[in-house]
Amino acid sequence: MNKYTERLYNGLIKENPTFVLMLGMCPTLAVTTSAINGIGMGLSTTVVLILSNMLISMLRKIIPDSVRMPAFIVVVASFVTMVQFLMEGFVPSLYDSLGIYIPLIVVNCIILGRAESYASKNPVLLSVFDGIGMGLGFTIGLTSIGIVRELIGAGKIFGFTVLPTSYEPISIFILAPGAFFVLAMLTAAQNKVKAGKKNKVQKPEESGCSFNCASCGSKMGCKEQED
Amino acid sequence: MKELLLIAVGSAFVNNVVLSQFLGICPFLGVSKNVKTAAGMGGAVVFVITISSFVTGLIYKFILVKTGFEYLQTIVFILVIAALVQFVEMFLKKAMPPLYDALGVYLPLITTNCAVLGVALTNVQKSYTILESVVNGLATAVGFLVSIVLMAGIREKIEYNDIAPSFKGTPIVLVTAGLMAIAFFGFSGLI
Repeated sequence: MNKYTERLYNGLIKENPTFVLMLGMCPTLAVTTSAINGIGMGLSTTVVLILSNMLISMLRKIIPDSVRMPAFIVVVASFVTMVQFLMEGFVPSLYDSLGIYIPLIVVNCIILGRAESYASKNPVLLSVFDGIGMGLGFTIGLTSIGIVRELIGAGKIFGFTVLPTSYEPISIFILAPGAFFVLAMLTAAQNKVKAGKKNKVQKPEESGCSFNCASCGSKMGCKEQED
Repeated sequence: MKELLLIAVGSAFVNNVVLSQFLGICPFLGVSKNVKTAAGMGGAVVFVITISSFVTGLIYKFILVKTGFEYLQTIVFILVIAALVQFVEMFLKKAMPPLYDALGVYLPLITTNCAVLGVALTNVQKSYTILESVVNGLATAVGFLVSIVLMAGIREKIEYNDIAPSFKGTPIVLVTAGLMAIAFFGFSGLI
């Protein structure tokens, strides 16, 4: 496997941002009410991720270390604004249903996390592939959660009714609490897999955002706390 | 006055920032292990969101709109919030040491809290006046405080329960959050 496909494999499976790293929980919970929203959010994040990885990798020798976080944030925020306008112009319906979560891509842990831990240290092309892998991994995560929620909550997939009409949709799954329940099942399954692999009692996992802000992209917070 | 009250109740309870809008999930799950730290985090969030909705409101109204740069809102807001958090931290350290001791460690963590940016953007989206923005910010943050403290209280009790091994840690917290979200549906009859 050459190093480019290795990056894709890494993002899609080995370090899948949704299922393994558990980063970017806000959009994961908020926009997965249907599969199409999941795909839309995933792809727009992917675009921002690829572009910001590319630019940050190009600028990695120019940006001074002490101001790199604000610099990264400005780069990411500019791309997010561009994507936001493109979506408003070309896919207005998706733009409306994603609403405030599009500008909030700026504070998505995944993007700053990749900028900090990968793009700022590696050459341009590798960083682009890293962005593609991570972005698609995130898209797949969001879409599959979206499919599950839409299937159980509305009996549909991508807006097409797939379950027989005798199925009474459990509409709580497309409402807010359903997001928490689906994610709880997901993390429980993940714990089960991990426990099976290591075959011993695990210490409480340190999953992405939830328990350890160091992996939360913007390490700014933690660092200053340590000083 | 009536509008302000509606905004306040709406953002604090009906559209609770964590349980129905999913903003600020990270600190909600991460800093809710005991009531004391949860209250500290909640207090810091109340402080920062209220100030930031005032400041971003001013900047939007008097700088961005006047110069026609509204489209830069996301970039400007995120930088303003990051700078503001630093500034608030320095100010508290000098001027109010007791408050700094209580909130200090949580302040830097707030920059990454998407609720802060979320509130600033919502204020613009709903074209609130400055006063309405501040009320909305304060109420949203109080909603956060209420839910994180409740969550911490529940988690302290959960510690003593017998939970299936795969559900220990994050999963049971998420299930709890889901149940809390259902409970908060009860508020939707208020407005």
